Amino acid sequence: MNIVVCIKQVPDTTEVRLDPKTGTLIREGVPSIINPDDKSGLEAALMLKDETDAHVTVLTMGPPQAEKALLEALSMGADEGILLTDRAFAGADTWATSSTLAAAIKNLDYDLIIAGRQAIDGDTAQVGPQIAEHLKIPQVSYVANLEKDGNSLILKRVFEDGYHKVKVKMPCLITTLSEMNSPRYMSVKGIFDANREKEIKKWTLEDIDVNREHIGLKGSPTKVKKSFTKGAKAAGEKFEVEPSEAAQIIVNKLKEKHVI
Amino acid sequence: MDFRLPNEHKMLRQMFTEFTEKEVKPLAEEVDEKEMFPVETVKKLAKYGFMGIPFPKEYGGQGGDNLAYAMAVEELSKSCATTGVIVSAHTSLCATPIYEFGTEEQKQKYLIPLAKGDNLGAFGLTEPNAGTDAAGQQTKAELVGDYYILNGSKIFITNAGYADVYIIMAMTDKSKGVKGISAFIVEKDFEGFSVGKKEAKMGIKGSATCELIFENCKVPKENLLGKIGQGFKIAMKTLDGGRIGIAAQALGISQGAIDETVSYVKERKQFGRAISKFQNTQFELADMQTKTEAARLLVYSAARAKDNKERYSDKAAMAKLFTAETAMEVTTKAVQLHGGYGYTREYPVERMMRDAKITEIYEGTSEVQKMVIAGSLLR
Amino acid sequence: MNISEYKGVYVFVEQREGEIQKVSLELLGKARELADDINEKVIAVVLGHDIKNKLNELIYFGADEILYTDSDVLNVYTTEPYTKVISNIINEYKPEIFLFGATSIGRDLAPRISARIYTGLTADCTSLEIDKENNNNLLMTRPAFGGNIMATIVCPDHRPQMSTVRPGVMKICERDENRLGKINEYKIDISQDSLNIEVLEIVKEKKEKINIEEANVLVSGGRGIGKPENFKTLKGLANLLEGQISASRAVVDAGWLERDHQVGQTGKTVRPNIYIACGISGAIQHIAGMEESDYIIAINKDSTAPIFETADLGIVGDINKIIPMVIDEVAATKEDK
Repeated sequence: MNIVVCIKQVPDTTEVRLDPKTGTLIREGVPSIINPDDKSGLEAALMLKDETDAHVTVLTMGPPQAEKALLEALSMGADEGILLTDRAFAGADTWATSSTLAAAIKNLDYDLIIAGRQAIDGDTAQVGPQIAEHLKIPQVSYVANLEKDGNSLILKRVFEDGYHKVKVKMPCLITTLSEMNSPRYMSVKGIFDANREKEIKKWTLEDIDVNREHIGLKGSPTKVKKSFTKGAKAAGEKFEVEPSEAAQIIVNKLKEKHVI
Repeated sequence: MDFRLPNEHKMLRQMFTEFTEKEVKPLAEEVDEKEMFPVETVKKLAKYGFMGIPFPKEYGGQGGDNLAYAMAVEELSKSCATTGVIVSAHTSLCATPIYEFGTEEQKQKYLIPLAKGDNLGAFGLTEPNAGTDAAGQQTKAELVGDYYILNGSKIFITNAGYADVYIIMAMTDKSKGVKGISAFIVEKDFEGFSVGKKEAKMGIKGSATCELIFENCKVPKENLLGKIGQGFKIAMKTLDGGRIGIAAQALGISQGAIDETVSYVKERKQFGRAISKFQNTQFELADMQTKTEAARLLVYSAARAKDNKERYSDKAAMAKLFTAETAMEVTTKAVQLHGGYGYTREYPVERMMRDAKITEIYEGTSEVQKMVIAGSLLR
Repeated sequence: MNISEYKGVYVFVEQREGEIQKVSLELLGKARELADDINEKVIAVVLGHDIKNKLNELIYFGADEILYTDSDVLNVYTTEPYTKVISNIINEYKPEIFLFGATSIGRDLAPRISARIYTGLTADCTSLEIDKENNNNLLMTRPAFGGNIMATIVCPDHRPQMSTVRPGVMKICERDENRLGKINEYKIDISQDSLNIEVLEIVKEKKEKINIEEANVLVSGGRGIGKPENFKTLKGLANLLEGQISASRAVVDAGWLERDHQVGQTGKTVRPNIYIACGISGAIQHIAGMEESDYIIAINKDSTAPIFETADLGIVGDINKIIPMVIDEVAATKEDK
């Protein structure tokens, strides 16, 4: 069984701080991590590898530094890493990102493609389903549990008000939720093997078969018109009074807001 | 020495830190308070490769080096010195002598399960009347047929009771003095071997420290480690390496205490401002970190020397001497900077201070390290 | 692509077990506003089985036309049949704008469609406006980095302009039974398309697991409430205010409340009308998850807690004294009515 896991290197937003004066993000010194939903997807793939001897390839698109995320994935136990990196890919929205990743995946043998549901820096949840469409294979998103059943997968697909248990034939693509498992740590041996023996392939535009109109900024239907931080809210009122008076202030405000 | 860490070691540090934060730190207080040997943690350590870092893969190891091993003990000890010494005693004092002096059969039989972490290891040299003067061994081993028969006892043995395999020094020929000492591999289930009383200690309270008792203990003669009469040399070589582990433990304790103090002084307010704003706090912290960083370089340089098969016994002794004394000084200052809270069990620095003390004593007291260092100078 | 051929504001109406979802009414409200702005129609697209009796409601809530496809295959949502129907509708009808709810259905369906027909899709929008000076481009604004940064996205050269819209943000129109509209069936053969995925079991989770993102009032607890039992008091207030309880990460990590109640960076982003933060210090990760609430009341013992910088009303004091008094007052007021 061949599994391709798509991962994204993201800033660890739990470490992101705001500059109190300007209200902008301080990105300096913020460590990069494997996106949590993607890491759970990788863990799901590695669990399948433990059970069934699957071959796990990790794929990422990004700047050369994204190699670090692949090394981490290899150190957790993935077999092969591919870094898609080319200036021509830069500035891509989800459409162009997915068309680039799909083109790379076409170079590989795959039964199952796993992507995290969404990345913590963008929160779009779009790239997974869009890759599936480019490859014309079925997708199941929001997956919280996975079992292999012959050539099919039995999946728990989560909704706001419950879940579906679905069966899907491979090849297919799933997007995984970070709740589905706790990813393993890298192992000592894994780190040595990844650094000494495993190879990370670097693919550029030359290595994939993709319409050049469908990549990068040019291939992106959406454009960022502007980005901004929300202006700081005017400071509210603050009272330091007896509990009974405080309760009265709160209740009056609730009345004013028509909550009661 | 190359001062830049290779990428693999940077990644190892990241992994050791993550593992320690999530698996070791949450238990550290309980391990100390309840004098609890962290059995489940040791299983997890085994799973991720902590128990066999410097050994080749063909012997069940991780294919790593002593620098990586020292870093692992350092990171674990930042949060829990007990966990640090379990790994250190197992790796340096039991698996390493088998790897360095064992026969191929002994490596197959004992090193592989030790390096994989399926078995835990320990080392027995110290006796009630043979501490720093290790040559005064009274435990005897006598060859009778296919077995050595061991009689005597050992004290202060780390990992005792939980270990499956013990490296034991015993006198095979009293007339030859230190050259009459031999080393043996003893399994926990060998007839005539038992674990005696457990010590109540000041620090590293989760670490099991017990007496070992040998009453006509039958050790198959193929379990002689190295040659007959080579035991003292094996013990001294083993302790040379062990000192890197203990130095790494002391280093971790130091850094852990600094990290705790840094976050405390930023939070704690006195006279209307965080105590981190006071120059005394700043200068104390600066001294603490500077010494700790110097200690780190000594530890890494000793580990690298061992990796490069250079002579390292003086380097290891210097690393242990300096790091242990630094740990004691830094943790004492950490408690002081925490004020009254530092003296309570609400904050971990009092535990770190208690844990730090042992690093000046075991695997050779600071005075022994000075003897080794001076001996190497005046050769 | 001739952009001027594309007309109308389309809304994908989500039904689950035949029930129209609230987010779809919110979308109709927003679509109505946008369509009026550019003098176009609002078209509601409904996929399901035996749904005809629900369609008039959509007209009352702002739709000018309904386009529906009825098939047992569409009864329960699966990706491919839905994608096929809507992609075909897009190709035939050429909508200018197509809105979806940013739900676990909309966020599965919309990207698949956008990839199939090659148009842009903006996720999880919290604000939509028309840029009349530029080709009637839709200005789609969405938060990123957990709400710390807002980005306005456009899709200038492709149509339709597609967006998923965050539930609970857009206003629902007044229901008006006098509104009139057309209802048309869109017929399409979809019997073969669902075969790649088989739904084996459908499990509804008890309503207990309420979605804090949909609550109008949230009473939220942090470490400062002292002990897990005190959530009972907060729950009492939440019940009186017809709201829900939620929590900071610290107490969820401590096991005081389940994870689906967690507000913040690693939890949920909420924007209720009233957010009452009890004993929450206000770490930035928490603020990111609740700062868009309409009105924030913070109660905390520590007058320097950062939560007061975000709160509209700050009370320095002991929650465990104040909240029971608030409960008594509210209960008394309610009885008076």
